[in-house]
Amino acid sequence: MYDPTVARLTYRALLGRRRALILGALPLLLIVISLAVRALAGADDQTAADVLGGLALATMVPIIGVIAGTGAIGPEIDDGSVVYLLSKPIKRPTIIYTKLIVAIAVTMVFSAVPTLIAGFILNGNGQQVAVAYTVAALVASIAYAALFLLLGTVSRHAVVFGLVYALIWEALFGSLVPGARTLSVQQWSLAVAEKVAGGELVTSDVGLTTATVALAVVTVLATWYAGQKLRTLTLAGEE
Amino acid sequence: MTTLSIDHVSRWFGNVVAVNDVTMTIGPGVTGLLGPNGAGKSTLINMMGGFLAPSTGTVTLDGEQVWRNEKIYRHIGIVPEREAMYDFLTGREFVLANAELHGLGAKAAQKALATVEMEYAQDRKIATYSKGMRQRVKMASALVHDPSLLLLDEPFNGMDPRQRMQLMDLLRRMGDEGRTVLFSSHILEEVEQLAWHIEVVVAGRHAASGDFRRIRRLMTDRPHRYLVRSSDDRALAAALIADPSTSGIEVDVTEGALRVQAVDFGRFTALLPKVAREHGIRLLTVSPSDESLESVFSYLVAA
Repeated sequence: MYDPTVARLTYRALLGRRRALILGALPLLLIVISLAVRALAGADDQTAADVLGGLALATMVPIIGVIAGTGAIGPEIDDGSVVYLLSKPIKRPTIIYTKLIVAIAVTMVFSAVPTLIAGFILNGNGQQVAVAYTVAALVASIAYAALFLLLGTVSRHAVVFGLVYALIWEALFGSLVPGARTLSVQQWSLAVAEKVAGGELVTSDVGLTTATVALAVVTVLATWYAGQKLRTLTLAGEE
Repeated sequence: MTTLSIDHVSRWFGNVVAVNDVTMTIGPGVTGLLGPNGAGKSTLINMMGGFLAPSTGTVTLDGEQVWRNEKIYRHIGIVPEREAMYDFLTGREFVLANAELHGLGAKAAQKALATVEMEYAQDRKIATYSKGMRQRVKMASALVHDPSLLLLDEPFNGMDPRQRMQLMDLLRRMGDEGRTVLFSSHILEEVEQLAWHIEVVVAGRHAASGDFRRIRRLMTDRPHRYLVRSSDDRALAAALIADPSTSGIEVDVTEGALRVQAVDFGRFTALLPKVAREHGIRLLTVSPSDESLESVFSYLVAA
């Protein structure tokens, strides 16, 4: 199911270009902001939870997910180089599965690790806030990577759609329309974080069972569908 | 023996018919797929390579379906027209990756790089390659698993004459070895120099098929049209129409010229200057008025 050559090509494409700069810039920004907040406001559990929840989990994780998930396949389909993968005796779902693993790993490294570092800077992991949000970032990384990999497979405007989903749906609609929150990767991952933190600092609108099922279903369905779409991907000529 | 069969294949995109009921069989040796730009060559090659589903009809390789059949790529090598090819890798890394995807190793990759004579630049990034070098590395990636069918979409586009010759030699060798090699081109001379057999596609339809000499003859024997200006158009017209090589002449008063239709190309081109000299007429303009490839092809469709 996992092809090391496909993985190597995907890693190098993801981390080799300008993409790597954006991937690195956001975590850096989070850490700088955390340092500033800690210096100005001192260690405070509520502040730490606000920064990690509002900035790390609500903004940074989905954006990194969009870049890694769509970037794992979108550019190859756009410029046609995916033909070198498709013209091989490799099952299409294997290509998707491998790219998913890479996208998840990249999203985790560039979102969960900085979240943990930021959490320790903010309040030294008081009340398990840093660990809870890191777990949320890890869980969200899986679902985002799968969703945005599918988006990258089916749409040429994957980055735009991905950002619209991440920023407008998750952030804006989530705060305006209560129902939208139950259909949000962010809330699902928060449900897991809530369980880890155990206190009142980290809360989710969704129950843990619902969240776990939703995360699993979204990840599996998105991956399966992306594999199916790749099987019938049409490489139109330039005529 | 590898035979690619295209059986009553059509492909449309919305209301546009790109390929219209094409049936052809491509056997061992070098076959040229000839047609003007936009004739449907790339669409056809994409269907032959399994990257596009025919709307109707079937494409099979030795009886096996090509569409949605990954296993078929053990036998097919593809050289796409598009340039993009993991520019951040070196030539060697790229060919090696292609070998690995076939379950092969460094030895196969090195052999393919040697075949296309790209060892000298194999450790440079593909981004730094010229068009011809890219083409050769693409070729190496297609040859790495020793395929019996090779599909090349406009392989000579943008190559300089020397690179073109090298690639032609290589393809000829592949054909001589008994592989089935199919390449597309919109340039008659390329096809003529290389292909044993040609298939002509015009406006999505299969216009002609067979030995290139026969098709070449069809092309040169077609009625040619010329625009001629001279010091005495009417006297020239009278002298030309007396010869059987000319089938019609119109005096175009507004243009101040003759429109001549010649049926025997060779004889007419020899006759025109001779007749002019004999009658003391000066020729001011002689220009073919329908030499575009499209008009040549559309004549073929009608033939």
